[in-house]
Amino acid sequence: MIPEAGHFALTLALLVALVQASVPMIGAHRGNAAWMELARPAALAQFLLIAFAFACLTYAFVTSDFSLLAVVRYSHSAKPLLYKISGVWGNHEGSMLLWVLILSLYGAAVAVFGRNLPPGLRARSLAIQALIAVGFIMFILFTSNPFERMLPPPENGQGLNPLLQDPGLAFHPPFLYLGYVGFSMAFSFAVAALIEGRVDAAWARWVRPWTLAAWIFLTTGIALGSWWAYYELGWGGWWFWDPVENASFMPWLAGTALLHSAVVLEKRDTLKGWTIFLAIVTFALSLLGTFLVRSGVLTSVHAFATDPARGAFILVLLLVVIGGSLALFAWRGPSLASTGVFQPISREGSLLLNNLLLTTAAAAVLLGTLYPLFLDAVGGGKVSVGPPFFNAVFLPLMAPMVASMAVGPLLTWKRGELGPALTRLWVAFAALAAAAVLAWAVVADGPLFALVGMGLAAWLLVGTVVGFAERVRLFRVPFPETLRRIGRVPRAAWGMTLAHGGLAIAIAGMIGAGAWKVESIQVMKPGDTQTMAGFTFTFEGARQVQGPNYSATRGTFTVTRDGRPVVTLHPEKRDYPVERMPTTEAAIHPTFFGDLYVVIGDAQGSEGAFVTRLYFNPLLGWIWGGIVVMVAGGMVSLSDRRHRVGAPKTSRAAAGAGAGAPARA
Amino acid sequence: MKRKHKRLTFIVLGMGLLAAAAALMLSAFEDNIVFFYSPTEVLDKKLGADRRVRIGGLVEDGSVEKAGIEVKFRVTDLANVIPVTYTGLLPDLFREGQGVIAEGRFVDGVFRADEVLAKHDETYMPPEVAEALKKSGRWQEMEKALKRSGQMTKGEAR
Repeated sequence: MIPEAGHFALTLALLVALVQASVPMIGAHRGNAAWMELARPAALAQFLLIAFAFACLTYAFVTSDFSLLAVVRYSHSAKPLLYKISGVWGNHEGSMLLWVLILSLYGAAVAVFGRNLPPGLRARSLAIQALIAVGFIMFILFTSNPFERMLPPPENGQGLNPLLQDPGLAFHPPFLYLGYVGFSMAFSFAVAALIEGRVDAAWARWVRPWTLAAWIFLTTGIALGSWWAYYELGWGGWWFWDPVENASFMPWLAGTALLHSAVVLEKRDTLKGWTIFLAIVTFALSLLGTFLVRSGVLTSVHAFATDPARGAFILVLLLVVIGGSLALFAWRGPSLASTGVFQPISREGSLLLNNLLLTTAAAAVLLGTLYPLFLDAVGGGKVSVGPPFFNAVFLPLMAPMVASMAVGPLLTWKRGELGPALTRLWVAFAALAAAAVLAWAVVADGPLFALVGMGLAAWLLVGTVVGFAERVRLFRVPFPETLRRIGRVPRAAWGMTLAHGGLAIAIAGMIGAGAWKVESIQVMKPGDTQTMAGFTFTFEGARQVQGPNYSATRGTFTVTRDGRPVVTLHPEKRDYPVERMPTTEAAIHPTFFGDLYVVIGDAQGSEGAFVTRLYFNPLLGWIWGGIVVMVAGGMVSLSDRRHRVGAPKTSRAAAGAGAGAPARA
Repeated sequence: MKRKHKRLTFIVLGMGLLAAAAALMLSAFEDNIVFFYSPTEVLDKKLGADRRVRIGGLVEDGSVEKAGIEVKFRVTDLANVIPVTYTGLLPDLFREGQGVIAEGRFVDGVFRADEVLAKHDETYMPPEVAEALKKSGRWQEMEKALKRSGQMTKGEAR
């Protein structure tokens, strides 16, 4: 009975979404306030109905209701509660329901918090939001109904892929979707603005918090996925340029560009068309990401079992949304005249450069991801485009961006001067040289790009600190005055400083783990030792252990350095009997300078010997640390009162003055 | 500078950047694209050690020999067979009779793989492998065998 209630609620949500997509839009066109006002209760009702449907599905999973096909396929009564719950979105049907739940959540949030939005913009953007919901609810109801029954119900479920039974991955899809779908808000605002034909600083201020929130979630989601791949797959790597990873990375690149161009639009009233275009492209890439993951058109290490009919539906949806919005952009875009003047050497000039590089990088990733599809479609054979291609294209594009990221914040709006900015960055130049020389001294050799990369990371970190020091006039005014200025620094500026600094830390980690990874694979008998990167690994043997829903071979390694004990590691090779599936559980010992990573493989012979794989991943933890700082920066920036949803009127006056509040003297 | 000139400067700059990026991508494509071949295609092409390729098919039953960290197995499309060597830990889902993709080079008639991919999901058949089996004309019997062993889901039974 409960699944039917959920199915019914979802169908009702479709009807509500249809009303929400049409009535407020017509109302906004005719200037009928009552019709426009309908968008808000409709958005709330739509959210509540979908939330109810989602709750029904969750209930079915938690109570192991095996009369539901999805529960049979993806759950099992012996599974821990957390994974019963995460099983709700650990499969195609449930994850699409989560997708629309989040879509309606954003709509409801605009309805609740967007009281100060102009009624026309609010009505139109909520209508667009509902239009997207209509497409996706139809997709669920017609091609992937999570409430499909299976009668008679079997004894027990077919379980869930044990690789997905992991806390990192349990929360990876919700965060990723909160990010993907969050960009729908920027998209809806953009399309609403195109229909209205008005894009101004106030519009940019309304869009920024939503985009920023989506960016925070997407960053977290990507990081969780990468972290999971690192410790769960046992390959010692954290990023594989896999199509599914690229699918989430492209919207991140475009969304990051959008965040920065929206700042230019807010402060300088220029780059209007470009910002709108980016908002459309970012959401389009999010949809494309959904399509790539869900259709199975690309061979991917992730490769969920998939269905081409669903892919076709999403492809049509994609064409309608992207084609429609781009056509609207082509029609209405040219009328968006910018009032601001534009000098190449200025804060906005540096942000434009950042935008160009980020979007070019996104385009390169897109091309590399889709090229195999394209070549196959024209009969050119089957190919794969792997990490060498992406590294060869992506790194040269990012190097100038990182270099300019330290300079940009030191330039003033309108008209900046490069000379003084570079003079102030002398410390950063010194740090660049010092880091490169230090890296060269520590690793003795190493690819040139890695030395340059380490230098650039140091340049960005120190440059960001210099930028902040300049803002508070450190050492230029008496110290109490500096303190006073620190107290007055807007949260958005704190956010930027943290995010840029975090990126610098993460880059150092990526370069370190990418260029100087040490790896050793061998057969080890109990008592054998292997020395790697200054650490001595002793294999003490392995034994069988029993977990809650698996049995495992657990190895014991003691690690010493110069005779002093460091850590004892227990990698496992698990076997999940229900799924008939083995998994590898790497044992990881994170340290400040790098991770020790140990994997145990198959038994060899009768003397208790095993194939073992040892890694030393230098600076790998810095990636996670840097991302945490970036996300923290995003959150600090989001808490800035000028970003508060609903745009307080006072800030409009400040921005109207032109150069903007935080401009340096 | 007049506004029009300024806009022109930006357009030229943007175009220059795009051109540079395009050149970068084309050269990277040249060096880094990896073609996929089925065992039958491999024998037709007579590939040398200079070319990095991917091959795919099924791991032949009874062909896996492990000696320490060296692994030997054969990949088949049920028409032809390619011997493969690999050094390292195989993926968890690598099994005899299941689909596999290996990346590497041919050295003296043996495929020396440096990467072996099997899927996260045991019910999954890589599309390239399915294609290779169809080309070899053995898909029908394969499909039956896979369905029996529960390796194929509804969606993939085309």
